[in-house]
Amino acid sequence: MQTSTVIEAKKINKYFYSPGKVQVLKEVTFSVNKGEFVSVMGKSGCGKSTLLYVLSTMDTDYEGQLLLDDHLITDQPSQVLSQLRNEKIGFVFQFHYLIHEFSVLENVMVPGLKLNKLSREEVEHQAMEKLRIFDMHEHAFKKANQLSGGQKQRVSIARALINNPLIIMSDEPTGNLDKKNSDIVFGIFRELVQEFHQTMLMVTHDSELADKTDRTIWMEDGKIVSHL
Amino acid sequence: MKFGLIIEIAKALMLARIKQTMVAAVGVTFSITMFIALLGFMNGLNDLLDGLILNRTPHIRFYNEIKPSEDQPINVFEELTGFYNIIRSVKPSGARVNIYNNEAIIQTLEKDDRISGIAPKITVQVFFNVGNVDIPGSLNGIQVVEENRLFAFSDYVVAGDFMNLQNTATSIILGKGAADRIMAEIGDYVQVTTAQGNRLLLKVVGYYQSGLGELDNIQSYVSLATAQKMIGESASYVTDIQVKLHDFTLAPAMAKEYSTIFDIQADDIQTVNAQFETGSDIRSMISYAVGITFLVVSGFGIYNILNMMIYEKMDTIAILKAIGFSGTDVQQIFTSIAISIGFVGGVLGLIFGYFACLGIEQIPFETEALPTIKTFPVNFNPKFYLIGGVFSLVTTYFAGFFPSRKASKIDPVEIIRGK
Repeated sequence: MQTSTVIEAKKINKYFYSPGKVQVLKEVTFSVNKGEFVSVMGKSGCGKSTLLYVLSTMDTDYEGQLLLDDHLITDQPSQVLSQLRNEKIGFVFQFHYLIHEFSVLENVMVPGLKLNKLSREEVEHQAMEKLRIFDMHEHAFKKANQLSGGQKQRVSIARALINNPLIIMSDEPTGNLDKKNSDIVFGIFRELVQEFHQTMLMVTHDSELADKTDRTIWMEDGKIVSHL
Repeated sequence: MKFGLIIEIAKALMLARIKQTMVAAVGVTFSITMFIALLGFMNGLNDLLDGLILNRTPHIRFYNEIKPSEDQPINVFEELTGFYNIIRSVKPSGARVNIYNNEAIIQTLEKDDRISGIAPKITVQVFFNVGNVDIPGSLNGIQVVEENRLFAFSDYVVAGDFMNLQNTATSIILGKGAADRIMAEIGDYVQVTTAQGNRLLLKVVGYYQSGLGELDNIQSYVSLATAQKMIGESASYVTDIQVKLHDFTLAPAMAKEYSTIFDIQADDIQTVNAQFETGSDIRSMISYAVGITFLVVSGFGIYNILNMMIYEKMDTIAILKAIGFSGTDVQQIFTSIAISIGFVGGVLGLIFGYFACLGIEQIPFETEALPTIKTFPVNFNPKFYLIGGVFSLVTTYFAGFFPSRKASKIDPVEIIRGK
């Protein structure tokens, strides 16, 4: 099977301007293929999170080119980027960022409702299915703030999956969890890649986790130093 | 569907901060209530005061003015044309105050469908003879039925039946002030002398009280026929023709129009009573200004609460943006919060305002000067409710505009990384 590129970065440069002009990303070029589980490793401050937010399309202040699904998305208007994020990218952050006022099920449904391709009933059904993957369906009608940290993280992964995105990006997804929960979350990631051929891009500073991914990109001082 | 989602999120955010949301809504409710109560009461009073004068004033009044002729004979003398003719000490001639050919005029006016009614009138200057003293008065000879239809005559007849004026020969309805001075009871006879010297006994059938003391001291009413009889004129004698229009704003133009056709003086209500209009306008303006001030203050309340909500819900805004909500969507969420507060607060305000007006209407307000008024007058014009409603939405929209725009500009990266 021909492997297709999901996301590709070409010579990304990025600067921070306060306090002075500091270059945080230097000529970063790499790509992630479909079905790959890629991790980005590096010390704190090496620019790995910055890179992720550039790739996420939320940060548009960079030089270079970014291609998602072989389409150039650099310099697209923010409305288009919002639409792309909604449809093609799922996010899992270090902190779960659920909407506390909504139930677990509603939290998972929000991006699906926003996409507005399926009826409310269908979105609800899909959300339930996603929750079932993570054994969270029993908690579907609880409020988000009644869950434990590990449970919240699982819900946010379910939310990332609701629109069947091209790629899931995650920033230190296990950084805020204990050993047991982080194993569960990482197990889920592996399972998604192996069983559902979900493309994953994970930023982490935990080399143990990185070792278990298909490929690790090492970053140092805003540059990619090695692909493994 | 998409908008439904925005409303749903707005609702969730409001429920999370239900107390503050309610405080903001109560602010709007209070200001709209005050706005409605103030305008209703103010305009009720305005209507009352204007009604005192305007209801009883004809929209156009035709009459002959006693004044010197503008065409003095010397001006028509051919040999002196082209000269400067200076005449000193010009006096008015004994011109007829009777409106010449008034029946024809009335017939013409009746055909004009802008006119809702015509009432001829005679004004007679008289003295009431009370013992040795002569008290001056002014009698209005009226067509009782028409006068009542057009100028609510019966409202101001405080004692006796006004129809007796027509049904009883040589009867009079005395002004309350005049009656007190003459000490005439209903059923008594009073003797009057006209300026021409005619004497007549008139039977008192009622009292008239307009609320304007000065008027009530002087003015009394007799029927048209009685007045004609008093001055010894025929049934065709009329000094005033009073006209009421369907739309009184046409009065100045129509007064001018008929004044030239009939070659007669015509006064319109706007010219005669300009000061009343001005007074009403200024009172309305003040009430609007106060009402709008209330609303603006409550707008600041909404502004504060939305700002606070946005600071508290930064995380939620960031995540919404991360999962694909655009700045516009976020702005719509907070704008709909503001509008909902304005709508709920506004609707409650209109309802409470209506009840406040009903309350004010129950407060007793009795005064000698205003015989027809028993409680405070309130105007329930739907216009005020419409203005109040629209204004509550407009102010809350603007109060929500800046916080919403701020929310729309929040950078999700900053929030998510900054944790």
